Amino acid sequence: MGDVKLAYIVQKAQYKSESSRLAITHAIAYQTVEVLLDDGDNVIPTLCFVGEGVLGIQKGQNTMDVYGVTSTETHMKNTLLVDLDVLVCKEDLDKYGIPEDAMPNADEMGADKTIQVVPFSEIQKAMEESKHILFF
Amino acid sequence: MGTLTIGCFPGVVGNMTYDFTLKLAEAAVDKGHKVNLWFSGNATSSIKANQKHLKDYPTAEIYLKALLEKGVEICTCEACSLSRGIKKPEGIEGVQWNAMHWYLAKIHGSDRVLQIGGE
Repeated sequence: MGDVKLAYIVQKAQYKSESSRLAITHAIAYQTVEVLLDDGDNVIPTLCFVGEGVLGIQKGQNTMDVYGVTSTETHMKNTLLVDLDVLVCKEDLDKYGIPEDAMPNADEMGADKTIQVVPFSEIQKAMEESKHILFF
Repeated sequence: MGTLTIGCFPGVVGNMTYDFTLKLAEAAVDKGHKVNLWFSGNATSSIKANQKHLKDYPTAEIYLKALLEKGVEICTCEACSLSRGIKKPEGIEGVQWNAMHWYLAKIHGSDRVLQIGGE
């Protein structure tokens, strides 16, 4: 069957919804799915943030000290570390006044990927190219 | 007939989404489709065995057992379940425990996927 492309569309803020955080961890899980699939099969998620979903992914989060839990920023870095494509809607960042340089990166961890701030048309394209779309 | 995989994230109490998910799964399997059901987030609290079915509270166990008998594969997120204080021996017999990659593997082989978001 080969690769199956998935589009994860995160549209709720991570601090308002557990499921939008779970979107990130479910995307990262693609790294180990091969153990359950036949040789040559894989799933390829693209993680997309739109609407209020862009509100909780900025760098500088301090949840480990304040709440004793891993921050969404840490999860975002892990997505880059496992080579996921992460798209953030430019129009929605602009709408909420969030600058592009507020997006975290995982350079210090050796990640090759970076978060891509893109127009919604690029996210639409990712959805059209995916076999399944999962809204969180 | 096709294969349908449903990701269910809402809790059994406090909304009708969970109930809808189980009814949809039942309708699909009754039509002859293969159905996989993945629980994550608050939905994982529904897999604990020995639920008392009070008439004025939502419940899950009797419906989950019926789905299992019809051949629906049901799996709960182990981390979500453990974080809610549910241990595997306390779970409903027949419900699988696994990590998130179980869901992704089922998606890979599915004709249709429904992601039912939660709280």
